[in-house]
Amino acid sequence: MEGFKTLLYKECLRFWKVGFQTVLSPVLNAVLYLLIFGHVLEDHVQPFPGVNYTAFLVPGLVMMTVLQNAFANSSSSLIQSKITGNIVFVLLPPISYREFYSAYVLAAVLRGGLCGIGVVLAALPFAHLPFAEPLWIVVFALVGGAFLASLGVIAGIWADKFDQLAAFQNFLIMPLTMLSGVFYSIHSLPGFWQGVSHFNPFFFMIDGFRYGFFGVSDVSPWVSLGVVTVCFVVLAVLTLQMLARGYKLRA
Amino acid sequence: MSPAIRIAGVTKRFRSLQALAGVDLEVAQGEFFGLLGPNGAGKTTLISSLAGLARPDSGTLEVMGHDVVRDYRAARMALGVVPQELVFDPFFNVREMLRIQSGYFGIRNNDDWIDEILHHLDLTEKASSNMRMLSGGMKRRALVAQALVHRPPVIVLDEPTAGVDVELRHGLWQFIRKLNQDGHTIVLTTHYLEEAESLCGRIAMLKAGRIVALDTTANLLQRFASHTLQVRLAKAVIVPPDLEACVLSRDNLQWTLGFDNFDEVGHLLAGLKSAGAEIVDMALGKPDLEQVFVGVMNQN
Repeated sequence: MEGFKTLLYKECLRFWKVGFQTVLSPVLNAVLYLLIFGHVLEDHVQPFPGVNYTAFLVPGLVMMTVLQNAFANSSSSLIQSKITGNIVFVLLPPISYREFYSAYVLAAVLRGGLCGIGVVLAALPFAHLPFAEPLWIVVFALVGGAFLASLGVIAGIWADKFDQLAAFQNFLIMPLTMLSGVFYSIHSLPGFWQGVSHFNPFFFMIDGFRYGFFGVSDVSPWVSLGVVTVCFVVLAVLTLQMLARGYKLRA
Repeated sequence: MSPAIRIAGVTKRFRSLQALAGVDLEVAQGEFFGLLGPNGAGKTTLISSLAGLARPDSGTLEVMGHDVVRDYRAARMALGVVPQELVFDPFFNVREMLRIQSGYFGIRNNDDWIDEILHHLDLTEKASSNMRMLSGGMKRRALVAQALVHRPPVIVLDEPTAGVDVELRHGLWQFIRKLNQDGHTIVLTTHYLEEAESLCGRIAMLKAGRIVALDTTANLLQRFASHTLQVRLAKAVIVPPDLEACVLSRDNLQWTLGFDNFDEVGHLLAGLKSAGAEIVDMALGKPDLEQVFVGVMNQN
């Protein structure tokens, strides 16, 4: 247990030491999105009755920030350790693969959560956020963050160079996030694209998360939670199997 | 008492390369053991298998009686490894790194021992320096410190003195010797054969994934001859057939011939003279590990 706690502490210390890059930058990015899109679309779009566009946008941006930073933390830490070779310091001690997984995922969720809280705080002056079902906010942030953190562990272990990791991020994570309803309600889409959106697990994460803020969503939060939980469990099992086999970590 | 290290029938293949081809080896507790071999002989793969960084295709490895797969926690607690590569985490300073490493091994509040290691490795003044700011030699010593934070009874040093200057190397060996005297088992791989000769009580030589020699250092040094005759010739000549078996090494005009009894010296000199060799310098001596190493590698 001490090994897990230390690895968690080390992973948190790692991102905290470069907080401008790992926490403040993502918050600033999200606030810029909020200001620009809010300013342009505020008077043109009302996604839910009684919810203006800027307020609608905030939960999407918060969740997008949580997800992207959870992924970035575990993936970048692992690939850096692999490429510089210092991963050996984590592989030599008696740390089990379950402890290894838990520490990387939890640290990533914490960074995602910290960034998310930063975006919420920065957005408060610009939008009225009722926080209708706060428990749902916490649950979706945790499960969604853990899902992306697991994906980050897989990407960090799989990638042999930063270029491959960037491809993973730019061709998978970014499109799935952007097309998940961060900036729009899927009810504004044509029928076909509404259907397609239901194959994107990121849509359910953001929709469920948004439900926590407004008590309104495109689909039931229970359905979203079910989808996100199943996706997370599948990914967690896959990641744990990779780690148990020592895939690309132990020759 | 279980041996510090027990390796039985270990094989490992990387695609077409047979890195380990059936290695059997035991190292007793308290030994200072040398693992020698040319590049690609399998030394690092063997150490990696022992440390759990590589998984052998077959065979078993134990550290202090603990199987490195089935009982990996106890095996890893008993083992400290100084890796060959000069690796470090650029986010942390030396003390942070050692505290973190202690925590990985389940040890909290380890500062007294950390201070002692830093003192012995002459790193006390660098405790607050980021790892990036250290010289190559200091990074190497910091790696040694990392391997020792959990006071492992078995310490494996994979080429620990590569890139370390003579003075620091001397200090490092003093510390490692002290650890050995305190009861730690030391396994050393190095390309500096004079270091292995002066430090190791027993040596294994690997070639192409097999152990081709395993004996005490004293026995190995007498493996091909008890004494040496080193001669420097004025011009190159062909080795006389009856001296071929005595030639331990030959570097153009510098020859080293081995023999067991001093009354053989006359025969060697006569053989050289009959071959037309003109001796410009000559010295008697003892075989060194480098000559034995070359002999063993050529024999196999």
